Amino acid sequence: MDMKEKMPITPTTPVTPSAAIPAAAHREAPSFADDAEPDMTDSAPRIDVSHQPNIEEASVPDLDTGRDPKMRADEVSVFYGEKQALKDVSIKIYDDLVTAFIGPSGCGKSTFLRCLNRMNDTIPTARVTGRIALDDEDITSSSMDVVQLRARVGMVFQKPNPFPKSIFENVAYGPRIHGLATNKVELQEIVEKSLRRAGLWEEVKDRLQESGTALSGGQQQRLCIARAIAVDPEVILMDEPCSALDPIATAKIEELIHELRGRYAIAIVTHNMQQAARVSQRTAFFHLGELVEYGKTSEIFTNPRMQRTTDYITGRYG
Amino acid sequence: MSLGLAFVAILAVALAAAWLGYARARRLRASSGSRLHSLPVYHGAHAALWAAIPALLLIAAWAPMQSRLVDQTVLSSPEGKALPAFEMQRESILSEAREIAHGDREAGFNPESTTLAPRIRAAEQRYALFGGLIAIAVALATAAFAVRRSNPQFRARTGVERWVMGLLFAASLIAILTTLGILLSLMFESLRFFRLYPVQSFLFGLEWSPQTALRADQAGSSGAFGSVPLMWGTFFIGAIIAMVVAVPLGLMSAIYLTQYAHARVRAWLKPILEILAGIPTVVYGYFAALTVAPAVRDFGLAIGVSSASSESALAAGSVMGVMIIPFVSSMSDDSIAAVPQAMRDGSLAMGATKSETIRKVLLPAALPGVMGGILLAVSRAIGETMIVVMAAGLAANLTANPFASVTTVTTQIVQLLTGDQEFDSAKTLAAFALGLALFLITLLLNLIALHIVRKYQEQYE
Ligand SMILES: Nc1ncnc2c1ncn2[C@@H]1O[C@H](COP(=O)(O)OP(=O)(O)OP(=O)(O)O)[C@@H](O)[C@H]1O
Ligand SMILES: [Mg+2]
Repeated sequence: MDMKEKMPITPTTPVTPSAAIPAAAHREAPSFADDAEPDMTDSAPRIDVSHQPNIEEASVPDLDTGRDPKMRADEVSVFYGEKQALKDVSIKIYDDLVTAFIGPSGCGKSTFLRCLNRMNDTIPTARVTGRIALDDEDITSSSMDVVQLRARVGMVFQKPNPFPKSIFENVAYGPRIHGLATNKVELQEIVEKSLRRAGLWEEVKDRLQESGTALSGGQQQRLCIARAIAVDPEVILMDEPCSALDPIATAKIEELIHELRGRYAIAIVTHNMQQAARVSQRTAFFHLGELVEYGKTSEIFTNPRMQRTTDYITGRYG
Repeated sequence: MSLGLAFVAILAVALAAAWLGYARARRLRASSGSRLHSLPVYHGAHAALWAAIPALLLIAAWAPMQSRLVDQTVLSSPEGKALPAFEMQRESILSEAREIAHGDREAGFNPESTTLAPRIRAAEQRYALFGGLIAIAVALATAAFAVRRSNPQFRARTGVERWVMGLLFAASLIAILTTLGILLSLMFESLRFFRLYPVQSFLFGLEWSPQTALRADQAGSSGAFGSVPLMWGTFFIGAIIAMVVAVPLGLMSAIYLTQYAHARVRAWLKPILEILAGIPTVVYGYFAALTVAPAVRDFGLAIGVSSASSESALAAGSVMGVMIIPFVSSMSDDSIAAVPQAMRDGSLAMGATKSETIRKVLLPAALPGVMGGILLAVSRAIGETMIVVMAAGLAANLTANPFASVTTVTTQIVQLLTGDQEFDSAKTLAAFALGLALFLITLLLNLIALHIVRKYQEQYE
């Protein structure tokens, strides 16, 4: 492992003291989730750009050549009516990595995330161009079965949105509509397994019939995660999953993301840079609808190549 | 001087008070040089309200008192004493005399009325002058009081606010008092009916045949007033057949309009659907009687229902159902729209199809609101009159056969009250008891519906 990745943040790096990680929020979490990164990525060539932070033309380096990405987007643009919200975004998302999307408000993070499971279809004015592939299968084509796609690419929203049904029914919802269980016992097994994976089982196992909306905010969000993994997706998209939660609930979700990593490809939008640093191995910085910089999380936060990234990370705007 | 003139005079006093209050406040501002607590406009409005409202209330209270006083005076005069003692006769002469006194007719049918007329006119003028002058005096006094009170610290603005609140309160009170009045008068007449006919027989009796005898020795002189067949007919038409038509159609059109229709389609369809709600019920009535009823009868005969009648529950109920569709659909529309978008997104993101999302998430979440809407629709349907009067028939059958004729509460009320009726026979009074029962049932339905809807709305706040 590269020593640089294990280095703690020093004052000379672009991360300001205000961006320092609060100790309480992640007692056990390492400064950079990269520590546990699989070895295979280390063989990737690394461009040394640490001393030239201002070259705006630098192309996004492909860190992970030789591996097949779980999802890849090529030249994706999104228009809401006449207005363009995303410009030619190309990115790859890998199976065993957490990819964080950061950027100032309105830069198109949610828009891009919603392209990945075609949730933009639900907005009548939205139009998507470019190519997005899941395991080399083009998901933007009209022959793609959206229902099937969304079962493979799950989503967790910014505000916890459990259905006004019992906890059990919330988790059983997806398996039921996709026919994943042939009988009640199987269904119960799926529900229990999903709740365990979401770290909620111990808290709710005695009250599965109570309404999902009666849980606390953090529990509701973990219930939504359980609901998403109950259909055994390949990718999980999370749009600011902790923005409505307190620090302790946030820490629990972050821990959960650590545990889910490796089993699912995870893409997470966050406004919280410490959070991106804690949970992700890859970070993509968006600005004004463009993908400005994409790279290893540790490098984005310690050695950004673009002036705009530096400005954002040091809190000069956003 | 009439009270109308006094009314105009009071308004003039109020205008003057407004101007005086305004001018005085401006002068105060100019002379004291300091800021007033309230703008001059408020001083003016304050004075005007004080001048107008107490005096107008006085006139409103005086007017009914005056007519009683006039009657008393006239009856105690020599001409009045000469009137026949029988109350109905005396009343008709008096009302004729009043019309002559007001110049609405030349001469009365009864000679006495012509001699009474000048008496009435004189008494009215006397009392109106008295009342009018007092009211104007009150207006002047309160206006002076209000204008003199203004000084730089005077809180005219708060005073106006209090008057405005009082007015608004009075306005809402009127609706409530009217409801109460209707209830009381219904109860009063119903009590008279229940003195003639036992309550339990009315509530639980299975036979309805309200014919009362013209002569005491006639056969069947005692009518039967068991309301159960009417209640059943009302329920059968309004709550069963109409809802079987309106609920699925209304709900489905609401779902189509909110979830599937393109904005352009919606812009066309919604107003057309709402036109249904604007058609006068009498038009629905003859559509039901002339077009639907014969078709229903022929259909009934064709499928072998020999009892199919040309006035069937099905004809009236189905047309009523169509009439209620916009009602159900707009209530459902509201409750479906009130389910947060996040619920819908959550379900779609799980890979549910649109119709799965609607069936499993939207409808269950919207159900309480939809139920409330349906109850309101039922209460409208059972109070609906024109369609059933024209299409439902009069036979009080206790049957669940939709091709047979049944009758409803409202139809029977119309039957009981039209034509020449004595106002104290059991037959006429029964109409009030039916009205009371209907009123209480719809009131209950509305209360339950509102309760459900309100509880449901809190759920997502
Ligand atoms: N449904 C919509 N219709 C029209 N414009 C939209 C719609 N949704 C988003 N936009 C626009 O697209 C741009 C990107 O929005 P998006 O929600 O993706 O931003 P974001 O990066 O997620 O911001 P935030 O951090 O505030 O969530 C914004 O300018 C926004 O105004
Ligand atoms: Mg967003």
